[in-house]
Amino acid sequence: MTAPERPIGEDDVQAFVDGRVPPEREAALAAWFDANPQIAARAALERQHRDLLRERLAPLAAEPVPARLRVATIRTARRRARARWMPAAAAVLIFAAGLAGGWIMRGEIPPPREAPVARVADEGFAAYRTYVSEVAHPVEVDAKQEAHLVQWLSRRLGRPLKAPDLSGYGYRLMGGRLLPAGQGVGAQFMYDDQAGRRLTLYVRAGESGETAFRFRQEGAVSTFYWIDQGFGFAVTAAADRSELLAASEAVYRQMEGLATDAAGH
Amino acid sequence: VPDIEACVEPHIPALRRFAWALIRNREEADDLVQDCLERAISRWQLRRSDGDVKAWLFTILRNLHISRWRRDRRRGPVLSLDEMGDPPASSSQPDQTLAAKDVLASLNELPEDQKSVILLIGVEDMSYQQAADILGVPVGTVMSRLSRGRERLRLRLESGRGPLLRRVK
Repeated sequence: MTAPERPIGEDDVQAFVDGRVPPEREAALAAWFDANPQIAARAALERQHRDLLRERLAPLAAEPVPARLRVATIRTARRRARARWMPAAAAVLIFAAGLAGGWIMRGEIPPPREAPVARVADEGFAAYRTYVSEVAHPVEVDAKQEAHLVQWLSRRLGRPLKAPDLSGYGYRLMGGRLLPAGQGVGAQFMYDDQAGRRLTLYVRAGESGETAFRFRQEGAVSTFYWIDQGFGFAVTAAADRSELLAASEAVYRQMEGLATDAAGH
Repeated sequence: VPDIEACVEPHIPALRRFAWALIRNREEADDLVQDCLERAISRWQLRRSDGDVKAWLFTILRNLHISRWRRDRRRGPVLSLDEMGDPPASSSQPDQTLAAKDVLASLNELPEDQKSVILLIGVEDMSYQQAADILGVPVGTVMSRLSRGRERLRLRLESGRGPLLRRVK
C-alpha cells in the first residue's frame, strides 16, 4: 500500500529550477507539470535564467585571487600592527600594574573579584531567575511592539540590537525589558517555546575585548555567554547544552555585523 | 586545530563572486572580501569547530555588506556610473551575451534580500538550510523569497527592460 503523495509545493518547483528534486519526488512533480503546463513553462524558463546567471558569473570565480586577499597576507599585516603597539602597551600595563598594586596595598580599591565575562553570566542568570517564573509581567514591552522594543533598547544600550529570530529552534519572542547592569544598563529578550519553556537573551553594555563562547550550568539551567565588540551576551534556558549552543550561535550570527554598523556612524 | 588557510582559502573565489554580484564594483567588492577575511581570522577561535566554514564566511560577508549599505544610504550615493561595469563576457554566442547582460542587469534591480537568495542558492550552490542560516531567517522565508525573486527576474527578462508593473490580484 502506498501512502498518499504530499501535494506539490513551492519548494518542489524551486528544487526543479535548481536541479535538486529528490528522486522520490521526481515522478509526482513530472505528473504535476504535465497537468499544469503554464507553470511548467515558467519553471523551465526560470531554470534557463538560473543557468544563464551562473554562466555569466562563473568567470569571476575563475580569476586568480589577488595577493591582498591571501590569508597569509592578512595575518602578517595583523601581526605587524600588533607588534607596533606591543612595547607601548606592555609599558602602560606594567606602569598600571604598579600603580594598581600600590592602591590595592593601601586598601583604596579592592582587587578584582573575577573576570568581566563571568559577571555577564552572573547577571544573565539573575535576570533569567527573576523574570522567567513571572506569569503576570514576564516582559516590559510585548513582542507585538517589537519594533518599538528594539529601538528603545538599542537607544538605551547605545548599540543597534535586534531581537534574534529563534523560530528555527522552536522559540518565539515574548518581548523584553531594560535592566540595571552595574553602573550601566542591560537588556533582556524573552522567548518561549510551544511547551511554555522560556529562554532569555541578556545583553550588557560596557564590556571590552572579545571572548569565546563559555558555558555554565546551575541545576537544570544552563547559559552560554561571551563578550563581543564591547557587549556581554548570555543566552540562558533550562535546555541541554547542544540545544542551547545552537540557539546561542544563532544569536551570535544575527548580532554580528549590527555593531559594525554603529562603529561606522 | 584546523588550519585557517586550508579552511578559508578555498572559499575566496566564491566570496569574491558573491561580493561583486552584490556591489557591482571590483575594488569595493574586494574590499568587502578583505574585511570579511580579517574578521574571520580574528574570530577563528569563536567559530564552532565543527561548523560550516563556507556558510560562516558568507554570513560575515553579507552582514558587513548590509551594514555598509545602510551606512552609505544614510550618506547618499557614492557609486560612479563608470564603476558599474560588467565582468568579462564569456566567449559564448553574442545573442546569449545580450541575454546574459540582461540577466545581470535585471538581478541588480531586485531588492537585496531576493538578490541574495538567488545568488546563494542559484550560483553559490548553498542548500536552502544554509541560505536560511546565512540570512538568519526560517527556510520557509528563503523559499518564498527565492520564488518571488525568480518570478520577478523572469517577468523583467520577458518584458524587456521596462519597469515592472505591479500585478494586482
